[in-house]
Amino acid sequence: MTTHYLVLSGLLFAIGAFGVLIRRNAIVVFMCVELMLNACNLAFVTFSRQVGNLEGQIIAFFVMVVAAAEVVVGLAIIVTIFRTRRSASVDDANLLKY
Amino acid sequence: MESQIAEIVQHTGGVIGNAWLMIAFPLVGAFILLVFNRFTDRWGHLLGVAMSLASFVVAVLAFFELLGFGEEERRRAVHLYEFIPGMVDMGLLIDPLSICFALLITGVGSLIHIYSIGYMAHDEHRRRFFSYLNLFVAAMLLLVLADNYVGLFIGWEGVGLASYLLIGFWQFKPSAATAAKKAFVVNRVGDFGLLVGMFIIWTTFGTLTFQGLGEQITPGQTNGTMLAIGLLLLLGACGKSAQLPLQSWLLDAMEGPTPVSALIHAATMVTAGVYLVVRSGAFFFPEGSGAALAVAIVGAATLLAGAIIGCAKDDIKKGLAGSTMSQIGYMMLGAGLGPAGYAFAIGHLITHGFFKADMFLGAGSVMHGMNDEVDMRKYGGLRKYMPITFATFFIGYLAIIGFPLLSGYFTKDGIIETAVHHQPVLGWLAVLGAGITGFYMSRMIFMTFFGEKRWADDAHPHESPAVMTVPLMILSLGSIVLGGYLILSNRLLLFLAPAVGRPEALPEFHFTSTPGLATLALVAVGAIIAWMKYGRVEVPSVQPRGSFLTTFARRDLYGDALNESLFMRPGQWLTRIAVFFDNRGIDGLVNGLAAGIGGSSGRLRRLQTGFARTYALSIFIGAALLTGALLLVGNI
Repeated sequence: MTTHYLVLSGLLFAIGAFGVLIRRNAIVVFMCVELMLNACNLAFVTFSRQVGNLEGQIIAFFVMVVAAAEVVVGLAIIVTIFRTRRSASVDDANLLKY
Repeated sequence: MESQIAEIVQHTGGVIGNAWLMIAFPLVGAFILLVFNRFTDRWGHLLGVAMSLASFVVAVLAFFELLGFGEEERRRAVHLYEFIPGMVDMGLLIDPLSICFALLITGVGSLIHIYSIGYMAHDEHRRRFFSYLNLFVAAMLLLVLADNYVGLFIGWEGVGLASYLLIGFWQFKPSAATAAKKAFVVNRVGDFGLLVGMFIIWTTFGTLTFQGLGEQITPGQTNGTMLAIGLLLLLGACGKSAQLPLQSWLLDAMEGPTPVSALIHAATMVTAGVYLVVRSGAFFFPEGSGAALAVAIVGAATLLAGAIIGCAKDDIKKGLAGSTMSQIGYMMLGAGLGPAGYAFAIGHLITHGFFKADMFLGAGSVMHGMNDEVDMRKYGGLRKYMPITFATFFIGYLAIIGFPLLSGYFTKDGIIETAVHHQPVLGWLAVLGAGITGFYMSRMIFMTFFGEKRWADDAHPHESPAVMTVPLMILSLGSIVLGGYLILSNRLLLFLAPAVGRPEALPEFHFTSTPGLATLALVAVGAIIAWMKYGRVEVPSVQPRGSFLTTFARRDLYGDALNESLFMRPGQWLTRIAVFFDNRGIDGLVNGLAAGIGGSSGRLRRLQTGFARTYALSIFIGAALLTGALLLVGNI
């Protein structure tokens, strides 16, 4: 049973990672990052149940809190970039380089 | 071989017990004048003179107190304080030798102080001048009065400092600033010799006091170490006394004000080398030793070199400087002959102090009346305009060429006769030198005071004020009588004997000895040649080109050229090599490292593309590699 959950978690993580790497739209990239985080959460909870203590579940809550905070900051940045540059593509925001 | 030098007696109380006052007075004077500088501008010169005179009074009182002791008790050591614990106690040694110097330094020094009031009257830095003069007197007294080599060395450096400050007194003149530096640097070479000599004395004998050395060294003892010490001390003496091969600084030192040339670079400081040799004579320069022979050879070589240089100089002060070198050469020659020569060396030193100071101050008086012109080709016929200066200068002239019965006659003749007796070759060279002296001094007299006037229209030669002429008269009086007084019936020799030793047989003064008559004849020939070349015919007011020999003498026997090619150029090459190595080697290493890091980072930074997805990919790859590596080593 545990294996199924872990395989699902791995699939979700892989989908998120590919999304981050291949999608240009900042919102989609952002959602993919959330997908990766939640894949991790699933793995934590799965292991928590298997081992029989609550530490994994507590960490899952921490991850959610961090993700929520990240959404607040990240969306604000994306909106601001969109307002000034009329684009939500991550490849257009490449001024910070060598 | 020679009679023992008297034991040194510890002394307290009396004037001698307070002999430190001699040093303290001028030192305090210099301190006040330097610290309260501008507030003392109005009366600073008077304070300077008063301090020098006070020192003279103490010296005279100490002299008479010393005369009150029996001959064998005339070496009085005064303990002052513990200087370097367990090593050197600072103390003064008042003995016939040091008191002679103290009287000369404070006596002639005071006269020159008084003269300077007039000479420096128009200089806005007169107060500073007097503070340096006082500093010099204090340091010179410490040099001659100290009862150990450390104290002597402190005074030695002190007079070097004062000499530097005073040569460069008009430091706005680049030539004066350069001359001061040159004097300082050349003197460093000599000081190095003196210092190393002191080191060897300390490691060999474990003491640096004259008393301690006297207890350990039996007279006449020589070995390799003592020869080395003697030669190193001679190197020190050569530096301070402008003897070959360290003579080059003295001619340039004439850039200083004329009273400085008279006091420091003629009468006193440059004779410190003679003092050092005579003071160390019983220890490291015993009669017949190699070190003593070296002293005599250096003296004979320098007396000829100085005389030849003096022949070609048109600058009156440089002519006198060449003459000073030459006369100190005579003293060194005398000092290299053992106790028989010491008395004549010191006697010549004292009379030279008088007649050379007299002539330097006379030259200063001439310059004072001639808008500071020093070129003798621009003088001529000045005897009518400056009668007192002429008369006193003429007396000094007669004294230095050894005109019979004047001071120089007795002392120089004493050195020559002793030298002919002990070292015939050097002695006859000294006779030749005396002849050259007759030529160049007569040349100076004829060019300056005789002939037609050759000066510029804006010069108004006039006699100097009394504050300058009275010291001249006193000095010329000394130039007349002092030599006969000191040398006839061996007065100076017997007085100095407890301090420097007594020769086997007392010399008797012969008025008609062969070397003496030869000297007189050569001097007359020299004077006649000078009259034929500079007295009878008109002196060209522009320097003629001159023969090879003249150029040789004008260029100071190529002494500067020699120093430049032997030491300065190689030194410059050394610095250039060092600079090259620093620029290319050390800097190259550091700069190359920096450039390498800069260049590679310039290439590496291209990785920062600004595309967030590229970064994300590299993070994933990194994480995957890390995970793979951990799986591989089996830690998971």
